[in-house]
Amino acid sequence: MGLTDNIKRALFTRGGVHPPANKLAASVKISDGPNPERVLIPLTQHVGSPCEPLVEKGEKVLVGQKIGDSEAYISAPVHASVSGEVASIAKFTHPSGRDALAVEIISDLEDTPAEGIAPAPDPLGMEPGDIRARVREGGIVGMGGAAFPTHVKLNPPSDKRIELLIVNGAECEPYLSADYRLMVERAQDVLHGARIISRAVGAERIVVAIEQTSPAAISAMRDAAGSGGEEVFTLPAVFPQGAEKTLIKTITGRDVPSGKLPMDVGALVDNVGTCAAVSELFLTGMPLVKRIVTVAGDGVTGRGNLRVKVGTLVRDVIDHCGGLEGGLGQVILGGPMTGLSQYTLDVPVTKATGGIVVLSKESIISEEPGHFTCIRCGRCVRHCPMNLMPYLLGSYSDAGMWEELESVYINDCVECGCCAYICPTKNPLVQLIKVGKEGYSRRKRKMETLKKDKEEKSLEESNA
Amino acid sequence: MPEEPLEKEQETEEIEAPPASAEAPARMLSIGVSPHIRDKDTTTGIMGWVILALLPVTVYGIYMGGLSAFIVVLMSIVGAVATEAGIQRLRHMPVTILDLSAVLTGLLLGLTLPPKLPFWIPLLGGAVAIALGKQIFGGLGHNIFNPALVGRAVIFVSYSKYMTTSYLATPKAPLITSQSIKAINSVTGATPLAAQGLVRKGELTISASRYYKPLLFGNPWGCIGEVSAVLILVGLAVLLYKGLVDWRIPVCYVGTVVILSWILGMDPLFAALAGGLLIGACFMATDYVTNPMTAWGKVIFAVGCGVMTTILRFYSNLPEGVMFAILFMNGLTPLIDRYVRPVPYGVRALRRMEAEAEKLGDAA
Ligand code: SF4
Ligand code: SF4
Repeated sequence: MGLTDNIKRALFTRGGVHPPANKLAASVKISDGPNPERVLIPLTQHVGSPCEPLVEKGEKVLVGQKIGDSEAYISAPVHASVSGEVASIAKFTHPSGRDALAVEIISDLEDTPAEGIAPAPDPLGMEPGDIRARVREGGIVGMGGAAFPTHVKLNPPSDKRIELLIVNGAECEPYLSADYRLMVERAQDVLHGARIISRAVGAERIVVAIEQTSPAAISAMRDAAGSGGEEVFTLPAVFPQGAEKTLIKTITGRDVPSGKLPMDVGALVDNVGTCAAVSELFLTGMPLVKRIVTVAGDGVTGRGNLRVKVGTLVRDVIDHCGGLEGGLGQVILGGPMTGLSQYTLDVPVTKATGGIVVLSKESIISEEPGHFTCIRCGRCVRHCPMNLMPYLLGSYSDAGMWEELESVYINDCVECGCCAYICPTKNPLVQLIKVGKEGYSRRKRKMETLKKDKEEKSLEESNA
Repeated sequence: MPEEPLEKEQETEEIEAPPASAEAPARMLSIGVSPHIRDKDTTTGIMGWVILALLPVTVYGIYMGGLSAFIVVLMSIVGAVATEAGIQRLRHMPVTILDLSAVLTGLLLGLTLPPKLPFWIPLLGGAVAIALGKQIFGGLGHNIFNPALVGRAVIFVSYSKYMTTSYLATPKAPLITSQSIKAINSVTGATPLAAQGLVRKGELTISASRYYKPLLFGNPWGCIGEVSAVLILVGLAVLLYKGLVDWRIPVCYVGTVVILSWILGMDPLFAALAGGLLIGACFMATDYVTNPMTAWGKVIFAVGCGVMTTILRFYSNLPEGVMFAILFMNGLTPLIDRYVRPVPYGVRALRRMEAEAEKLGDAA
């Protein structure tokens, strides 16, 4: 990027923030995680309907065996990540903070694979429908954190044509480096997965998008692509560059219409982790039972990018990395900008857990004001990647003015956290926005039922 | 341990840590809503930087104005801070003088006052600035008008005799020979802006360019903070570098005044340097609370300030228009904020999509 570009950026562009990258584990090779004696596999690890358990207490299970599935279209099956015995099917703490049904398995530590796990002979020659079916059976979901079932994304309605597959290698969250390591170490796998996906949706163009701050990943992917026709796109390093809508805007110059999906502009975005998982599924036949998790932060002794079995407790992963350092701080699943902080270490790693960031007591933020105080500095407006007015979202929500929230487009907020990050008075804007979304939709539902009641009444009256 | 040294990349040296257990009362982990990290800028920090940016011009202004200038600045700060603390006490609110915003208000007020004022006027001004300019609206962030300018406006109207006569006669500016100042003084005996007014009426002939040097480096006819344009620009550079103000406001404000003055026949550089324009455009109009939130809102605000300033300078009998121009545009800010809003991501695209769908529907 030239000087004029930088000046232009400084003067005119808006949106996004630059939190310290803190990629502590970026230079650490991917390695195997702990081999836990007990795993908790939640039946909801994706966006959509929860799975029904397919096993019973006391039943023996093998690695890769399907243990939960759902009839619903938007859902993804879950599989055992260890071999052993089902100890219980009960409610356990879920990373979302709520209790949710999970299958507890006591491992026999042998990792015996289930029967019938076999590679697909020629994935790039398969029919799109077959690819989708296999992806669904493999339990693959978006690994970037959203955990949307991948087979649904691979099945756009017939009137939507997908021309462009964007492989999302923008790991803009601080600390996280799992995707970066994947691209550096397994560039071929990532591309292979991307090719399978693009075959399933008929996308002609594959663009691998990587932030300019990861030159090693850029060159690895360039080398892997060779003359294969895939492009590598260098992104500016700004948070939230990896957010789907921001990414599409940067690469195609087009906005995804408000409330619509990337497919409405002919694009599909899949994370590099998802691509690697797809590739692994077709190469080995093993469903999604492991994922790469970055462990980093000043509150944990070690650091690394670990291949962790889904369902492993966060406690075991942290122990594997040398344990907590300097007493109890904050444990965040995901990155520090959008991740979920946990009140207990006894939560399982799920398919969506890209990182375990442990902050020491000293680095926890503590200065949030008790109430909404705005000095009208305008920073939140300048930095919101969605061009919203976060201070209005915050103050309307704080005042309980739910009906006003529509006029400031509350549902376009992607909860990226830029506004709260940059706010000098440390307003908890994201929290207020979440509350506001809740209040707004509750009110909307109420208004709709009221309206319906009224209509029914007037209908009755006119009938009478 | 998960670490394994790798290829040629920046390798990390990690000491193998003995596996300690993460045993601990689990419920002691702290929780919160994302984001879990925050930018380090705080309100106090920002106010501190603005004060720092004002320091060069303050120090030089006091050097030029002597002890009385120091007292003026000090008293307006004391008045502002004491009033803030007093009112918050009375209303049983947390006292927030440590956030430095009242200090900044007092300092800004002091810099817009003539150096030879009796001490009780700035004291009163500081009190009025906070009481009527800020606390009456509910404190920081809620006021509509720039508090320092409210304070100044009140004492300007109430004590106009003092306000127009308490200037210096000759400067101590090292770069300016007092002879050249005397030469100008002997011709006009008035502030540069007033003198140029007379020039326009044909009652006087003095070239505006003779004022350049004193206005840039040591101006005896102005308020404490108008002492040197160069030092104000240094302060602005600090604010821009730290990303604390939007460049649009000073640039559009001064730009508008320069262009309009030039059209109306005033020396454009003189128009930019004279009077309180620079300090107003760099430090008053950029006050967070009282200017619009969006980029285009700021442009409208700044151009409005420029137009008003020029009108007041040319067509009113006020010596200077900056104060009332900014206050006037402060009053319009809620309106600008109401109507100038950014179009959110995807909203235009959605409208386009719907329009296309409609067209298709019509065609079918
Ligand atoms: S959290 Fe929402 S309002 Fe805040 S910056 Fe992100 S998109 Fe904008
Ligand atoms: S960043 Fe915070 S203080 Fe500044 S305008 Fe937004 S909400 Fe107000």
